[in-house]
Amino acid sequence: MQVEVRGITKCFGAVRANDNISFTVPSSSIEGILGENGAGKSTLMKILSGFYSSDSGDIILDGEKVTIDDPADAIRQGIGMLHQDPLDFPPFKVIDDFILGKKGGLIPNRRAAIREFNELATRFDFSIDPESYVDTLTVGERQQLEILRLLWLGSRVLILDEPTTGISLPQKEKLFATLKKLASEGMTVLFVSHKLEDVEALCNRATVLRQGRLVGTVEPPFDTKVLVEMMFGKEIPQEPKTQLRMGTTVLHAKHVELEGIRIQIKNIDLRVRAGEVIGVAGMEGSGQILFLSACAGLAQPVKGSICLDEDEKDMTGKTYHEFRKKGVVYLPAARLEQALIPGLSLTEHFILSEGMKGLFIDRKKSEELAKSRISLFNIKGRPDSPVESLSGGNQQRALLALMRDPLKLILIEHPTRGLDVESTIYIWGKLKERCARGTAIVFISSDLHEILKYSDRVLVFFAGRVTPPLRASTLTVERLGRLIGGKDWDSIETEVSHA
Amino acid sequence: MRDTRGNRLLFQIGAILFALLIANLVLFLAGAQPFAAYKYIALGAVGSWDVASNVLVSWVPLLLATSGLLVTFTVGLWNIGIEGQITLGAIFTTWAMRLLQDSGWNPGIILTIAVLAGVLGGTLWALLAGALRTFGGVNEIFGGLGLNFVATALNIWLIFGPWKRPGVASMSGTLPFDRSLWMPIAAGSSRLTPATIAIAIVGIIAVYTMIEGTYFGLKLKAVGRNPRSAYILGISTWQNMMASFAICGVFAGLAGAVQVTAVYHRLIPSISSGYGYLGLMVALLVGYRASLAAPVALFFAALNVGSIQLPIVLKLDSSLAGVLQGTLVLFVILGHGVRARLLKKTKRTP
Repeated sequence: MQVEVRGITKCFGAVRANDNISFTVPSSSIEGILGENGAGKSTLMKILSGFYSSDSGDIILDGEKVTIDDPADAIRQGIGMLHQDPLDFPPFKVIDDFILGKKGGLIPNRRAAIREFNELATRFDFSIDPESYVDTLTVGERQQLEILRLLWLGSRVLILDEPTTGISLPQKEKLFATLKKLASEGMTVLFVSHKLEDVEALCNRATVLRQGRLVGTVEPPFDTKVLVEMMFGKEIPQEPKTQLRMGTTVLHAKHVELEGIRIQIKNIDLRVRAGEVIGVAGMEGSGQILFLSACAGLAQPVKGSICLDEDEKDMTGKTYHEFRKKGVVYLPAARLEQALIPGLSLTEHFILSEGMKGLFIDRKKSEELAKSRISLFNIKGRPDSPVESLSGGNQQRALLALMRDPLKLILIEHPTRGLDVESTIYIWGKLKERCARGTAIVFISSDLHEILKYSDRVLVFFAGRVTPPLRASTLTVERLGRLIGGKDWDSIETEVSHA
Repeated sequence: MRDTRGNRLLFQIGAILFALLIANLVLFLAGAQPFAAYKYIALGAVGSWDVASNVLVSWVPLLLATSGLLVTFTVGLWNIGIEGQITLGAIFTTWAMRLLQDSGWNPGIILTIAVLAGVLGGTLWALLAGALRTFGGVNEIFGGLGLNFVATALNIWLIFGPWKRPGVASMSGTLPFDRSLWMPIAAGSSRLTPATIAIAIVGIIAVYTMIEGTYFGLKLKAVGRNPRSAYILGISTWQNMMASFAICGVFAGLAGAVQVTAVYHRLIPSISSGYGYLGLMVALLVGYRASLAAPVALFFAALNVGSIQLPIVLKLDSSLAGVLQGTLVLFVILGHGVRARLLKKTKRTP
């Protein structure tokens, strides 16, 4: 089935997640959809599969304009989506999961369904027992089950969102073979990924999105350099950095091994020094947040240890509050969900973060404190403003204003995500002020320019692997982009072994 | 729609009118004259000094339960186990009284110890629910409900077993304590005990001050509204939750002690009298505003006492009070919900 989108626009508040996107994917082809985090890939795919409705623009299937009301409607019209985390029912048997969603009589005909399931599975050389339970399957097998289910429901367009994350190499090869076979039989496949290698190996064409807009479409043979530039933008000449001051050790992560829901990271070794800034790059979900959490006691490493200070005090297994006492703070990116308390005012936040002594709150004193912080951090809000009434930039300023002084280490997720230029510059100004006074900063960002501009050293995460700290001055956006996309890792390892 | 004091009031009045409408419908279906019913409820509650003092007697344990629940509500917990906590308070009080009733000590000292024992009982039972939640991962609603059943069973066992009346055990409870061990009754009244009223008033003032004016209260609010962020801001979460359970247990224990020492003067099977559940309704109705707890609890107590007249004069069941209270809570909460939705809608389309 030929899929065409024409002028799709979708806004979330002030953010244009999709901005007038148009392209056509012919049937019997595999289209790669590339883009960094927040480029708008997932939003577009969710519009196609009925999870969101677009603000404007049309979806045209086989030349006919259609409206898609919800995911069930999308499936009726032949569009099936395989989500990054399979949307299946782990406590169910495979066959029950398979039958679910099929229209039919009151009592499903299990025997017929099992027969059809087995026929389909044999066709693609999948070996899943229909009577086993979904939660005993591997992620790869659950993906296969979802594909079979979507085919059985009559999908003629298959959307796959980051399907190669968390599955084994043989499973990946089988997946690719299946997709190629399906495409040869007339299926249209939209393959969303940030892994350049996968797109290059599989796709007949690649469409690149950046900041909600369509950058362009590329035909094979793919040139990685071109793709990276399309995804991350052009190289910006960098200002020369001041020489890195090698201060005392603030944090030492020794051979840390971490396990997340679908990710395992081995052997991270990092020594952070006073006053330095370390940028952490990688596609979202590659383990960066897990690593930062471990550095603050919010997650526990499976192996290795986390030590603080020059005397390398072992803090492994300690709680965040004990890290906090030692001068470590963690600032999550989900400000209203994880860092601020909706319903409480700015003043109340300042009272809480100061950890004041005594029984009764001194209203006058705390309001003065709030007023001075508000003017010091240039927050647009009043002492009694509830935090949720502030804009994102002002919430971020409030978060910075809540940090105690002095601090040894600030761990921060996406310090300037969603902020305007003025706020971005302001926030980094404040952070750099701290650095000048000896605070070390480790931050996660998906903005490569931000990583290169503000970091002294950079860590790159990719599919459970982490680079050793790389000097930011030796990196370019292109090199970073290739590393994030899983390229050049061998050369990094040889570089390190030669060093 | 904008968030103004005016439309907030409008919604609240609307909710009350709707509740009355439903109550009228119920009365109509029962074949009764609504206004006659309301008249008799009012007369039954404030018609004479005697019934009015009965309202106050009922107000005290209800206000105590509500005060405790305001604390657990603030930290975001549904302490439905308060019924069991009241029962345990009553059991511990009875236990202390039985131990000391023949000691020949000053009745004032015995009563004080008995009330403190009740506080201990309520607190322990609340901490048990808290520990189940914190260390066992059992939601406080399920844990509390389970502990309510255990408390009731324990109570019945004591009444029919170790503490039974000489001769034959009875549903009417244990043997009443000697009059000298009753809470002192106000002159000119048959049941009013000034000491318990003082305890309830001091209690609600303490809770109000704590929630509105102390660091501890602010921490509870923070944990209640967003435990994750509160933790990141350096506030201990489970410790504060346990503390609020303990405080609620203190109030529940006091309510149980009042029931034994000032109302029934013995342990009876339904010693908690449903004040825990009624307190949940009052706490729901007033939201987080401790300042409204005392008047609303008084109104609920008046409805309860006033409706006792209904079966006698109108041949209506006295559960009408429950219908009124229930619909009132339902519509006020519904009003909040509808209003929140309307406010959200205006935010989306400026």
